[in-house]
Amino acid sequence: MDFTSLSFADVSRSYGRRWALSRVSLRCEAGEIVGILGPNGAGKSTLLAIAAGLLSPSAGRVHYGDLDARPGAPLRQCIGLVGHDLYLYPELTAAENLTFYARLHGISDVAARVDRALERAQLTARRDDQVLGFSRGMRQRLTLERAMLHAPRLVLLDEPFTGLDDASTLSLVARLEDLRASGRIVLIATHDLEIVDGLLTRAVMLREGKLTELPPLGESLRERYRRAGA
Amino acid sequence: MRFLETVWLVARKDLLIELRSREIVYTTVFFAVSVVLVFSFSFVKEGVAVEGAAPGILWVAIAFSGTLALGRAFERERQNETLRGLLMSPAERPALYMGKLAGIVLLLAAVEVVIVPLVAFLFQAQLFGYPVQMAGLLLTGTVGFAAVGTLFAAMLLRTRGRDVLLPLLLYPVTVPVIIAGVRGTAALLQTDVDLPMARAWLSMLVFFDVVFVTLALWTFEAVMTE
Repeated sequence: MDFTSLSFADVSRSYGRRWALSRVSLRCEAGEIVGILGPNGAGKSTLLAIAAGLLSPSAGRVHYGDLDARPGAPLRQCIGLVGHDLYLYPELTAAENLTFYARLHGISDVAARVDRALERAQLTARRDDQVLGFSRGMRQRLTLERAMLHAPRLVLLDEPFTGLDDASTLSLVARLEDLRASGRIVLIATHDLEIVDGLLTRAVMLREGKLTELPPLGESLRERYRRAGA
Repeated sequence: MRFLETVWLVARKDLLIELRSREIVYTTVFFAVSVVLVFSFSFVKEGVAVEGAAPGILWVAIAFSGTLALGRAFERERQNETLRGLLMSPAERPALYMGKLAGIVLLLAAVEVVIVPLVAFLFQAQLFGYPVQMAGLLLTGTVGFAAVGTLFAAMLLRTRGRDVLLPLLLYPVTVPVIIAGVRGTAALLQTDVDLPMARAWLSMLVFFDVVFVTLALWTFEAVMTE
């Protein structure tokens, strides 16, 4: 199955009596990179978890193209998520982690796909080393490749630049531009405004669970963010 | 076919991690051996064991060490949120459950390999007199206990106080399994071995396994959705 848009229609989510998201509506099209900005605790991770199907909205609907449903197995095949946590097994090697997830996704050419992913993560030389010996940046690069292994249509990234050095950051930016060119839908929750400035197709701001569009292009992303938050 | 492949992938991954860390096996074996030894100080007087003590001590050691193994096995999935990684995959959720269950049953089997001979030795219990029936009781009892435990441990993963809640929920539900295991083992150990009674308890355990595994497979998807 496939889809070319993702839309949230009046999505709300509460944790007990606290509303993490309040009537959020947002539509993202294929080939877009949408930035979700906002202070800590604004509801960015909750929004991504709902898009990934890991959380149910308390109210509202999420539409994947024309499909109005919770992500079942076929939809999960089209979603790649990089969360706050890395979803890697520290006791397994880099290659074993990728092979495990590739098989779980039912990928046919596992060895070739894993080799390519390790190459992209610049970890070919460390493929047989346990992840517990890796630096944060190396783990982050491996995590990104884990999420992209099955070439997902929808890519959800929560603070993907955490722990990356300059070279890895540039490499990830280039990768995201490739994803945009190949018609993927990319949602990034980030505080690294300078890095994503120029990369994002558009940006929205979440504040206390409410969503507002950032002023259109013209000034720097940081300046637009400041003005939206004022 | 895909279902079985996923079960194998998850179980193999858990066993590979355990083989590298040996954390669960070491702690559960140490704990189970300690339980058996402590009981042996109370129930073995001048080299003679109190009659009927061995089956109870064997199953208490299995249940307690099983609870420890369940907690640790799921704590691993929580630490790096790898359970979310599993749930994000298109793999069928019941297959993920069965994979976790298979891994835990195999870990408990490793613990039983150590404690069954230890109980037989310390309590002079003829646990190897009827090896097929005994193996059947241990296997079905372990599957029944782990089936409920795997579901509850997964369910409690994001709950504060999960270490306290797991035994509180697990023991009342698995009481029938423990009773059947103890009574079945006792039937094999008594002076006049009662094979029909042992078979009856074994059938009961098979019934519990079918019920518990079916219920867990049915509810796992819903339980895993926050």
